[in-house]
Amino acid sequence: MTTLIWIAAALFAIGLYLSWTAGRLDRLHARIDAARAALDAQLLRRASVAQELATSGVLDPAASIVLYEAAHAARQAEEEQREVAESELSQALRAIFGEAAQVEAVREAPGGDEAATELAAAVRRVPMARRFHNDAVRAARALRRHRTVRWFRLAGHAPFPLAFEMDDEPPVALADRATA
Amino acid sequence: MKIGIVCPYSWDVPGGVQFHIRDLAEHLIRLGHEVSVLAPADDETPLPPYVVSAGRAVPVPYNGSVARLNFGFLSAARVRRWLHDGTFDVIHIHEPASPSLGLLACWAAQGPIVATFHTSNPRSRAMIAAYPILQPALEKISARIAVSEYARRTLVEHLGGDAVVIPNGVDVGFFADAEPRPEWQGETMGFIGRIDEPRKGLPVLMKALPQIFAERPNARLLVAGRGDEEEAVASLPAELRPRVEFLGMVSDEDKARLLRSVDLYVAPNTGGESFGIILVEAMSAGAPVLASDLDAFAQVLDQGGAGDLFNNEDADSLAKSAIRLLSDPERREGLRDRGGAHVRRFDWSTVGADILAVYETVTDGAASVAEDERVGLRARFGLAQRG
Repeated sequence: MTTLIWIAAALFAIGLYLSWTAGRLDRLHARIDAARAALDAQLLRRASVAQELATSGVLDPAASIVLYEAAHAARQAEEEQREVAESELSQALRAIFGEAAQVEAVREAPGGDEAATELAAAVRRVPMARRFHNDAVRAARALRRHRTVRWFRLAGHAPFPLAFEMDDEPPVALADRATA
Repeated sequence: MKIGIVCPYSWDVPGGVQFHIRDLAEHLIRLGHEVSVLAPADDETPLPPYVVSAGRAVPVPYNGSVARLNFGFLSAARVRRWLHDGTFDVIHIHEPASPSLGLLACWAAQGPIVATFHTSNPRSRAMIAAYPILQPALEKISARIAVSEYARRTLVEHLGGDAVVIPNGVDVGFFADAEPRPEWQGETMGFIGRIDEPRKGLPVLMKALPQIFAERPNARLLVAGRGDEEEAVASLPAELRPRVEFLGMVSDEDKARLLRSVDLYVAPNTGGESFGIILVEAMSAGAPVLASDLDAFAQVLDQGGAGDLFNNEDADSLAKSAIRLLSDPERREGLRDRGGAHVRRFDWSTVGADILAVYETVTDGAASVAEDERVGLRARFGLAQRG
């Protein structure tokens, strides 16, 4: 009889542990979803401000076309091309706002100050959101590689989380806090 | 936004983390946010209205020194009540990996959690043993902040994952507008820090002094900080001792005035620094800075661009650099200018905006912070009534 009780207790403990681990995993997946939504929002915001600037006539025609092209591609990109398109937008932004003089010119235009501030905030927040997202992905992947999770298939059908890899280096003239 | 901040160390004991939290809370309140700080504090200590006491911290030996920490059943209950009453949009935990309130809050909460890692402790054996316990709590953190690139590297090494770097903030205007005191001026060097704490590096400076004083006959050293003054100058030849002046503990105002007055601020710290707020304060006050080339210091000083660096623990190197700076007013002027421009990135207006950007990133579309319901787990087994 005592053996039976012990077995029951052990099974119960194992069940409790599995349930707790499943809960952990569930929370991590929720965290990834939230982080991904935040990253999407920041990327969209950046592309929108860039597109606005490109069509505003503040920039010279060549810069306008390059920026419009990149911003448009980033907004329309399919999921598989998203990382590349967003990286290209980062590069375009760096090429155009590499000089402090260009940022100054934008700020002097009517309504330009607001747009420049918005763009500066957006290029600052994209790397933030991406780091938070990839940090969540890393934590989830670490847990999912765990034996218990694999043997008992605690992750269910949730897809294996992927990091979002892109070039998010902000333009120097916009990122330099000393001149902000 | 309703923001809850968790301070792991006693509010009654002054320290870098506590000051950072105080300034952050006051900055956010000025911007119109609702802020509540949960901190260990004695029941008798008068607290600012935004601080909630989590009970008295208990001194226990931890990590090679005696730390005052909060843990146990009562503290956990207070954390839960604070979370429940606060209904915060986001909670910001400082030092979540130290066995104190930060970790308790991490356990008890769910929702948008931001955490700042201040220290860059080498990985201790306790940490390795505690890793499986820490991990479930730490993986609830939605956004990690490291105070320097150096702190971020240690964090990534020890706990994996990534963090954004947001430096500690300084009220640049407070230091820039301080009134210099004439008796502290005239070829003076400044040192601020615990005298009897070898890590702060006063012994290195003392070893360099004879050389500096021989080269610069009018130079003086002003030392502000607690500790045994007799012992500090013991290694110095008797005739040089009058040129070292001890000011004892100074108020914030006097600290700013001291930094405004000196011709050179020396930071000979030998290690254990993850940021170096004092260097930022010195630059804000327009003092040319000479510091040891610790990773954290080199970063704050823009790899030598905003202040001079000497080889750590090398009194000779310190003396040479100090003499060069003291005899070259133009170079000092250059450092003043570059330092003054460089510190703007550490001003609360910039740092506060960055921290708010983190809050907004993690709260975008997320529910508010709530208690982590363990009952739900029991309910899954149908045991809720009995439990």
